[in-house]
Amino acid sequence: MINFITNFGFSVLRLSTPIIYAALACTVTKKAGLLNMSVEGMMLCAALLGVISSALTQSVLLGVLGAMLAGCLVGALISYVNLVGKSELYLTCIAINLMATGGTTFALYMITGAKGTTFSYLASLAVPTIQIPIIKDIPLLGPILSGHSLLTYLAFLCTALIWWLLFKTRLGLRLRSVGENPHAAESVGISVTRIRTTAYLIAGAVAGLGGAFMSMSYVAWFSRDMVAGRGFIGLSANNIANGSPVVATIFSMLFGMADTVANILQLTDAGIAYFVKMLPYVITIVGMVVMSVFQIRRRKHMKQKAVAAAIQEAAAEKQT
Amino acid sequence: MSELLRVENLTKVYSNGFVANSDISFSVNAGEIHALVGENGAGKTTLMKMLFGMEDYQKGAIYLNDKKLEMKSALDAIHNGIGMIHQHFMLVPSLSIAENIVLGIEPTKAVMFNYKEAVRMTSEAAKKYGFDLDVTQRVSDISVGSMQKVEILKALIRGVKVLIMDEPTAVLTPQETRELFEQLHRLQEQGYAIIFISHKLEEIMELCDRVTVLRKGKCLGTYDISDMTQERISNLMIGRDVELRFQKDDPESGEDLLLVSDLIVVGDDGKRNIDGVSFRVRAGEVVGIAGVEGSGQTELAAAITGTEPYHSGSITLSGEEIRGHTVRQLREMGMASIHEDRMTIGASVNQSIRDNIIADRFYRPEFRKFIFTDKKAIDEFVDRCIEEFEIACDDADQPVRMLSGGNIQKVVVAREFTSGCRFILASQPTRGIDVGTTEMIRKRLVSMSHENKVATLLISADLNELLEVSDRLLVLRRGKIVAAFPKASEVSEDKLGEYMLGIRTMTPQEMEGLL
Repeated sequence: MINFITNFGFSVLRLSTPIIYAALACTVTKKAGLLNMSVEGMMLCAALLGVISSALTQSVLLGVLGAMLAGCLVGALISYVNLVGKSELYLTCIAINLMATGGTTFALYMITGAKGTTFSYLASLAVPTIQIPIIKDIPLLGPILSGHSLLTYLAFLCTALIWWLLFKTRLGLRLRSVGENPHAAESVGISVTRIRTTAYLIAGAVAGLGGAFMSMSYVAWFSRDMVAGRGFIGLSANNIANGSPVVATIFSMLFGMADTVANILQLTDAGIAYFVKMLPYVITIVGMVVMSVFQIRRRKHMKQKAVAAAIQEAAAEKQT
Repeated sequence: MSELLRVENLTKVYSNGFVANSDISFSVNAGEIHALVGENGAGKTTLMKMLFGMEDYQKGAIYLNDKKLEMKSALDAIHNGIGMIHQHFMLVPSLSIAENIVLGIEPTKAVMFNYKEAVRMTSEAAKKYGFDLDVTQRVSDISVGSMQKVEILKALIRGVKVLIMDEPTAVLTPQETRELFEQLHRLQEQGYAIIFISHKLEEIMELCDRVTVLRKGKCLGTYDISDMTQERISNLMIGRDVELRFQKDDPESGEDLLLVSDLIVVGDDGKRNIDGVSFRVRAGEVVGIAGVEGSGQTELAAAITGTEPYHSGSITLSGEEIRGHTVRQLREMGMASIHEDRMTIGASVNQSIRDNIIADRFYRPEFRKFIFTDKKAIDEFVDRCIEEFEIACDDADQPVRMLSGGNIQKVVVAREFTSGCRFILASQPTRGIDVGTTEMIRKRLVSMSHENKVATLLISADLNELLEVSDRLLVLRRGKIVAAFPKASEVSEDKLGEYMLGIRTMTPQEMEGLL
């Protein structure tokens, strides 16, 4: 039983990692007023470039940096097309995602001659796992928290880092002002284009780390479509969190937990596993509808009150 | 007092040839509150934008402390010492007051934003200028009056010496207005110059030292307030250049078609935008509604056309309450409307001329063949409209946005005038369009009423238009009808202006029977 619990806890953290990176990448652009639907494509490109650069340089660090660079390049491309070329952001992002799917498979084939995976073709490296001293010896908690990939720990560090960036730095203040009222920001001399480009570059770097986790930690090779929707899951975690990096991380872990439960159930009953996998999203959708209905009702109620008061006032004035 | 800002022969011609400002010259002294007045469309907004670097100009110059200014953006204006308080605040709601004020010039400690220093800076400035603000509060939690103070502080902290205020009291309660005036006087004592733009003459008389009057893009001069009365300012603004271009007979009005009684429309802020309005429009007559911006003209039009709800009272068309009817049902009941905003509501600009003209009738049997539209019948009808209304276009397939403003409006009136309506609401029907089209629309409005017995309600900011087209005239001010004239042709524009601007008000007894 204890074994089961520790395995479960360990898996939750492991499966949450890429989702956390995706959610944080979306949080940065969301705060700048842009929905980052391309995070899936960013991660996929990063996963491939991480493998290639680590295989070429035989350096884990350069591999991870290569992945981050890939994310940044995708971010720069979107900024250019959207902010300079004035194209529709969502269409751009959809195009980027589709391009990433086809492009990475094509690149894979050109480099290795294989269409599915780099496994046994490229000698890519994996990010090391870390045994945390002292903590690893705590019963129950130790095996859950210790022994993860460096990138998993970095994900939680990133949460704090993004929070600090958004709420404690000058860039963060400007970024939030651009997201909420670009005209106000513009009127005091803040360049909306520059801030949004910066946001996309940061998002690219963070998504790049998520991609690196997929191909250099989760497994140690690249395979086609390996991100498998984790970018979109992160996107919805960020949407529920409404721009808070901490809440986004918590919801990412909740989605990671659902993934874990589904994985376990898959061993016994595949049908139920898919049902469980679906649950967090069903809850999200229902939650969003309920929240929005509640808000609409409240607004309506407030208006009704204002109307009633105004009409009463008018009647009183008429009498005098 | 020393001269701070001087404007010499400023002239602005827009690319479509419209002369918004011609040869405007005036000056503002340090320690002066200077009023800038003019009717809607007199050129105040353009002048303001030029002073604030948002518009360029063809001729003339702006001097500050005798130094000629070259401004390419609002930011340049601020750097040069000219600030502006917009009617719509430029604030970020989720940030604190302090953060909003220092945005763009944030104090930093290493790479961090130094919030403590921002709070210190801003609360010090607030104290210095006598603003009672808790700078750590979020902007989303404060009143409109406080938001305005934040905007003023934002300008002052950047070293602005001239403050342009665009109708600052329009959004304030009477108490807040009082407070604002005290603060402006304090700034005045400290040597700041304030340009105060307003429609409210009593406020100008109370607050300002001098007044510059604009009319039709020209500057009529600058006057000391002590030499002026509200009546004189009003007469200067409205002027005596109204000429009636065509003669028309008295109407033979028939039964009541539109009946509005005790109408109240409440805005989202709980304000009564329409406050107990009653009037009727009879078949065969044109009733004009005059009013300055913000008087409730827009809200009244929205309520009558069924696009916005009304909250008390009633509106009936041929005896039937319009509440609960869809816009399509209202149109079938005989309502037509020329919306004040032709680019977003009056026309669907990305669609063709044909689609725009048949938008309200494509489903009628004469344009249908089984379940399909009858292209031949539609084309015939649309071509007739294009010919009759002289719409200058390549063909009926041309998207409306490719047309000139006048021709876009012709598409709108072609649809509305041929809809077979019994009542038509014309809201600013000739705003910003060429003389020829204006003439055509005005003549059509009169002939539709007088010959075809359509009831017409004309809502306009253009006094020429109101006096020329209307049979009867009502004046709307702050959501109330404050004057009613049985014969528009006998109303003098001076008098009309005085009612619009709040110098005079008719009693309910005086208006009895005229509504």
